[in-house]
Amino acid sequence: MYFSEKTQKESLKLKSIWQDKVENTLKTNPDQKERFSTVSDLEIKRLYTPEDIKDTNFEQHIGVPGDFPYLRGNQVTGYRGGYWTFRMFAGMGSAKDTNERWRMLLREGQTGLSTAFDFPTLMGYDSDSPKCLGEVGKCGVAIDTLEDFLALMKDIPMDQVTTSMTINPPATVLWAMYCAAAEINGVPLTKIGGTIQNDMLKEFIAQKTFMCPPGPSVKLISDTVEFGTKYVPRWNTISISGYHIREAGATAVQELAFTLRDGIEYVEDVVRRKGLSVDEFAPRLSFFFNSHIDFFEEVCKFRAARRMWAKIMRDRFGAKNPRSLWMRFHTQTAGCSLTAQQPYNNVVRTTMEALAAVLGGTQSLHTNSLDEVLCLPSEHAVEIALRTQQILAEETGVVNTTDPLAGSYFVEALTNEIEEKAWEYIEKIDGMGGMIAAIEKGFPQMEIADSAYKFQRQLESKEKIMVGMNKYVTDAKHSIPLIEIDEKIGEEQIKRLKDVRRKRDNRATKKSLDDIKNACRKGTNVMPYCIEAVKNMATQQEICDIYREVYGEYRDPGLY
Amino acid sequence: MPDRKIRVMVAKPGLDGHDRGARILARCFRDAGFEVIYTGCHQTPEQIAAAAIQEDVDLVGLSCLSGAHRLLFPRVVELLRKKDASDITVIGGGIIPEADFTMLYEAGIKAIFTPGATLDSIVEWIRNNIKTHD
Repeated sequence: MYFSEKTQKESLKLKSIWQDKVENTLKTNPDQKERFSTVSDLEIKRLYTPEDIKDTNFEQHIGVPGDFPYLRGNQVTGYRGGYWTFRMFAGMGSAKDTNERWRMLLREGQTGLSTAFDFPTLMGYDSDSPKCLGEVGKCGVAIDTLEDFLALMKDIPMDQVTTSMTINPPATVLWAMYCAAAEINGVPLTKIGGTIQNDMLKEFIAQKTFMCPPGPSVKLISDTVEFGTKYVPRWNTISISGYHIREAGATAVQELAFTLRDGIEYVEDVVRRKGLSVDEFAPRLSFFFNSHIDFFEEVCKFRAARRMWAKIMRDRFGAKNPRSLWMRFHTQTAGCSLTAQQPYNNVVRTTMEALAAVLGGTQSLHTNSLDEVLCLPSEHAVEIALRTQQILAEETGVVNTTDPLAGSYFVEALTNEIEEKAWEYIEKIDGMGGMIAAIEKGFPQMEIADSAYKFQRQLESKEKIMVGMNKYVTDAKHSIPLIEIDEKIGEEQIKRLKDVRRKRDNRATKKSLDDIKNACRKGTNVMPYCIEAVKNMATQQEICDIYREVYGEYRDPGLY
Repeated sequence: MPDRKIRVMVAKPGLDGHDRGARILARCFRDAGFEVIYTGCHQTPEQIAAAAIQEDVDLVGLSCLSGAHRLLFPRVVELLRKKDASDITVIGGGIIPEADFTMLYEAGIKAIFTPGATLDSIVEWIRNNIKTHD
């Protein structure tokens, strides 16, 4: 037991006295509302006492940083040895435009790069595909060939800076471009570091950037895990993501549970398909969470996530290497918590969310810019967002000690509660036969749709408040400068693409595309062939079309 | 004979996968008593126009958060016109800068709903502006 019997008794006695006082107070001064709950609608008690964590054992459930169950962080010394990585998601227009934004961010003290691709790239289409009307360069950078990729990486020290790439169905292709670019720039694969998001299950569940059905999508992911394990040891070949699940409307518990269950599915596939032992590849699995506006719920979610993953790796998969038990995660503050109305308020929201991520022990952080609810971030807005992280790190003192909220009756009780509720979901999905089976049933999709709809109704009834949106509303226009992506960017991109197609050795390109097709048919690892193909200037759609042809296309079932 | 129910198609044109709003609206329209068809993500304007005609809907609600609305929304209206289906009303929503409103209205989009629009206000607009066509 965590508290002595004496403490427990005293606490019960005091609580009962307090309870009487509460009853009396409520007669004359009733609460503002009947029920107090988190943004995810978890009910919160009026008061937490030792009773709420009486079954929590310090050694078994809490412990110290850098040791099982890793509730308090992976690093023995917390942030004293180094802050989290300041990693701002950036990409717009052409590769050259994005490279300029990246270099500006590095100059301003950013410590890692993170790539936003445009929708055509995300979906595996070339810029001149008829499917890409109006989309080229809009929500991110347009990349069709290795030539674009080399422009993106121009003057970026690939052996020093780590790069995260938010890319999913075409992850093999874009990673192949990164590998090829490193080689051309004289940096060996063993020296490059970074992350590809490469998490397809959450695409079917939430983000909807999909190409092939779930089964072959997971096969391609296992190819990257195997290739990374053997040849690119500093690369995180997957970033198992809850961020998009949350943005689609999930609760904190759903975000946590579905993300971890996705992780289980990937580990099982790599072990089964590739015959690797968990300790060979698990240290390179990484995660990505949302930091929403409900401060304590988020801190507790992050803590619970680390403890749950450590248990999953140790108990479910028998991992022995301590690094396999580490849940390392990137965090992004919640885009869906921002408001288009009174946009400057978003700076405050993002600050609170970033603080929750830091107190939750994140390894890497993107802070949203105040204008991200309206458009791609302007340079000025990005700078404020980056400075928000730097102020947290350098000025506020929250980095001085590790996991400072540990031991709070409330924080530990809520951490336990979130964990218990997430286990229930994981068991339920196990019972369905795993996450792919659950997705095919529409289970996580509909659970999220229910939560999203409920929250929207709570906003409309003002049971939940977003300042400036459904309370404290003003008519005043707070116009902020918005950046606009010129439609010309698409035309220029298409011209570059056509030039590459005209100049390349088409025979070599075709041969390397045939090799990929053969690898797909035989079920062998596609990565070496993808690297060869991109060097021969195969476009990303040409490679993705092979996947579509061999594996088939997945269509949105349109569940609501 | 009772009035035919209003038939609404919620559609996601382009490559954008941000479907939270579209799916919430589809459910809200169903709860409001409309007949609802939801296309799912990644539809081309051609697919949307063809489906709207085939399903004989009264209204198409387009949702786009990627910035491609300037080309995609007018294209849907244009395709419906070409197929003699301009009796189908087209409305839109998503991340639409105010600077684009005039252009979209001129292209034939009848209403635009942006962040902060309530579900009830959208349902009310439809009830006030849509007559079912038999």
